[in-house]
Amino acid sequence: MNNTEKIKKSLNKRYRKEKRFRLLSLLAVLTGFACLFILLVDMIIKALPAFIQTEVKLDIHFDQEKLELAAHFEPEELQNANFRGLIKQSLQQRFPTVRKRSDKRALMRLISVDAEYQLRDKLQAEPQLLGETVPIWLLVDDDVDTYLKSDKQFGRVSQKQIAWITELEQQERFQKRFNYWFFQTGDSREPELAGILGAVMGSFYTLLVTLLLSFPIGVMAAVYLEEFAPRNRWIDLIEVNINNLAAVPSIVFGLLGLAVFINFFGVPRSAPLVGGMVLALMTLPTIIIASRSAIKAVSPSMREAALGLGASKVQVAFHHVVPLAMPGILTGTIIGLAQALGETAPLLMIGMVAFIVDIPQGVTDAATVLPVQIYLWADSPERAFVAKTAAAILVLLLFLVAMNGLAVWLRKKFERMF
Amino acid sequence: MNVSTLLVTLVALALFSYVFGKQRALSIAKHNRRRLHSIPSYYGYMTALWCGLPALLLLFLWLCFETVVIEQLLIASLPSDIQSLSSGQLSLVLNDLKLLATQDLMDSHTEPMKREAVQYLLSMQATSHSLRTILVLVLAFAGAAWGLSRVIGKTPARIWVEKVVLFFLILSSTVAILTTIGIILSLLFESHRFFGEIPPQDFLFGTKWSPQTALRSDQVGSSGSFGAIPLFLGTLLISSIAMLVAVPIGLMSAIYLSEYASPVFRSIAKPVLEILAGVPTVVYGFFAALTVAPFIRHWGETIGLDVASESALATGLVMGIMIIPFISSLSDDVISVVPQALRDGSYSLGVTQSETIRLVVIPAALPGIIGGILLAFSRAIGETMIVVMAAGLSANLTINPLETVTTVTVQIVTLLTGDQEFDSAKTLAAFALAIMLFISTLILNIIALYIVRQYREEYE
Repeated sequence: MNNTEKIKKSLNKRYRKEKRFRLLSLLAVLTGFACLFILLVDMIIKALPAFIQTEVKLDIHFDQEKLELAAHFEPEELQNANFRGLIKQSLQQRFPTVRKRSDKRALMRLISVDAEYQLRDKLQAEPQLLGETVPIWLLVDDDVDTYLKSDKQFGRVSQKQIAWITELEQQERFQKRFNYWFFQTGDSREPELAGILGAVMGSFYTLLVTLLLSFPIGVMAAVYLEEFAPRNRWIDLIEVNINNLAAVPSIVFGLLGLAVFINFFGVPRSAPLVGGMVLALMTLPTIIIASRSAIKAVSPSMREAALGLGASKVQVAFHHVVPLAMPGILTGTIIGLAQALGETAPLLMIGMVAFIVDIPQGVTDAATVLPVQIYLWADSPERAFVAKTAAAILVLLLFLVAMNGLAVWLRKKFERMF
Repeated sequence: MNVSTLLVTLVALALFSYVFGKQRALSIAKHNRRRLHSIPSYYGYMTALWCGLPALLLLFLWLCFETVVIEQLLIASLPSDIQSLSSGQLSLVLNDLKLLATQDLMDSHTEPMKREAVQYLLSMQATSHSLRTILVLVLAFAGAAWGLSRVIGKTPARIWVEKVVLFFLILSSTVAILTTIGIILSLLFESHRFFGEIPPQDFLFGTKWSPQTALRSDQVGSSGSFGAIPLFLGTLLISSIAMLVAVPIGLMSAIYLSEYASPVFRSIAKPVLEILAGVPTVVYGFFAALTVAPFIRHWGETIGLDVASESALATGLVMGIMIIPFISSLSDDVISVVPQALRDGSYSLGVTQSETIRLVVIPAALPGIIGGILLAFSRAIGETMIVVMAAGLSANLTINPLETVTTVTVQIVTLLTGDQEFDSAKTLAAFALAIMLFISTLILNIIALYIVRQYREEYE
């Protein structure tokens, strides 16, 4: 066997190896895709139940006596009237055989604690209902909701409760509707009442502070470094610093905020103001790096033409270079803000983990943000919060997709070649 | 006036000053344009800056020092027996008074001493607020008047305004340095206090971590031990599992995308993989805790293994998924820098594509790839949310990936999110851990950036 034959014989083996290697590397790409796919599908499947809320129809008799109201009462007295009693009465009429105290309590637990406030709002809106008996759809408790959604495979409802639920179901007294509540309220201890509006507003105010601080500072720093800075060791130091800050673990920024902003300067804890300040420091490197490359891409002939017409260096920078670089700067800013929107760890350090029901009205109100809300709900023991968490994750991802989409669109639309 | 109204007023005043300054310059220029040094609008800018800047500076300083000054005055007014309390107790008294003042909680049961102090505090706050408004507005008007008086032909307004602008540009560029200094100083200061209580060698080489300090000195068995070795080992374990997942997948993806893929497939696949890096880490944490960990536990049970419900394996796997895009895009970058001539030379000798990649391209790109891996590793060490949600709290000294371990970042979060006073060793330990984290990621980053830069210079 001469060499040519040897090589020919080995060729098949080498080609097989080539194919294997190629397949293996394709497999790696597909594994990455699969991870992303599984992650998204898992979130969507987990989130679906949160968008549907079960209600139960009860015949409520607005009995003045039962409400503990006098014959002539002031409108304010409605606030403290005994609406819970109405629900009790209605449930007792529906299930007259329930006698024991503990059973009655278990029966009441089928209905959400918020149902009495629903009744109060209804009566305040329509005072003529007083003394009438009307069928009203009320929120059910999260355990019942989970039981009905999970194909009756859920252990936190007792056998007796299951019997009652089955009876109500046979009378077709349950309905499922879209859970608009989820988008209209703040946090709550009761899963059926918890919503994400508070967290969304908190995120909005936090990002507003971040934008107002990091955008001007970042752009000005980039303009200085690209257009004015002399080449010396001080400028080198600044550049090394910016690159290093981009890689510092985010939790360290949280500790900086805690030690400097809160303990030293006395900025209020848990507020979007301090959260926005910390996130602004984190976003700065991203904005500076993106702005610098956008400014670098502006053709030198632009500068030379402006200088030739007698513009000063500051005028060249702010009248010509920055406007031309603006699409790139804005793209970088949006990407930086999208990162800040998903950031959780530093905000845990500065006390944005508090349980806050109210929707924040400004940058100094105590607030929480979307990712922290996700963290808090993921920690909650109630099963119904799993769906809420996944739903909040979907909302967060939606915002991120929208922001990144905007950034891509800006880049495509204003991309200019020099 | 509260701060936001004051700010809006200041902006409005500055706008008016701009208009007045410009008008005045225009009226000078009406007869002879050459009498002005600069374009009229620069005189407007100058007047506006004179109006707004000093007033803003005063407001900023006032806000920084207001609370401190009022607190000192309040302490000075308190009876001497309260003044001689320790700083901790004194701050409790002050907080109590502030709460009474803000929430209007005083009733007939409040002690007369407290009532007096609260009255004094309220009156000082009111004085401070009105004084602040008056002084800021006066300064704004005075500045505007001074600026207007400077609107004469000889004033080089443009040069003056540009100097101010340049000053602000320089100031902005130093924010990055100030941030680094702030991080280092705050971490050093707090960990210095920690090492005053716990000797550094106990922290660095101790093998037992249970950061429970006694609330009272007579309590039993809660002296607290701060040996950080289990945390370092746990961090290393989880990050290593993550790298074992991410390096092969990320590197092979980069090879496929840069060497084999068609341009169309590449242009789709690259951004799709990068989505993995854009998913917030709290989402991965939820995924790890609720989907991957139960799955691995179940799978372990079916083959007869005892897997902890918060196993290091599940956490590391998910962290690896997060890191795949870092490795793939960094490797992709360095592989595409390798000159085509090296590949062509290899092909011309009859070497197949995969052999070229393994024997020529990867060795040539190796320094860059290693730099990328180091960067990804530092990212894994500093990652917080995945481990907080999916890894455990118990500091086990083990390298078994099926058991629960805890990490440096998990402990920082747990030590600082509870209700703890700020001067106990337990809270300060978080800063000592953070400085270890900061130093190790900094060293990794510097080495990685140095390697990558050297490598790039070799081919460019």
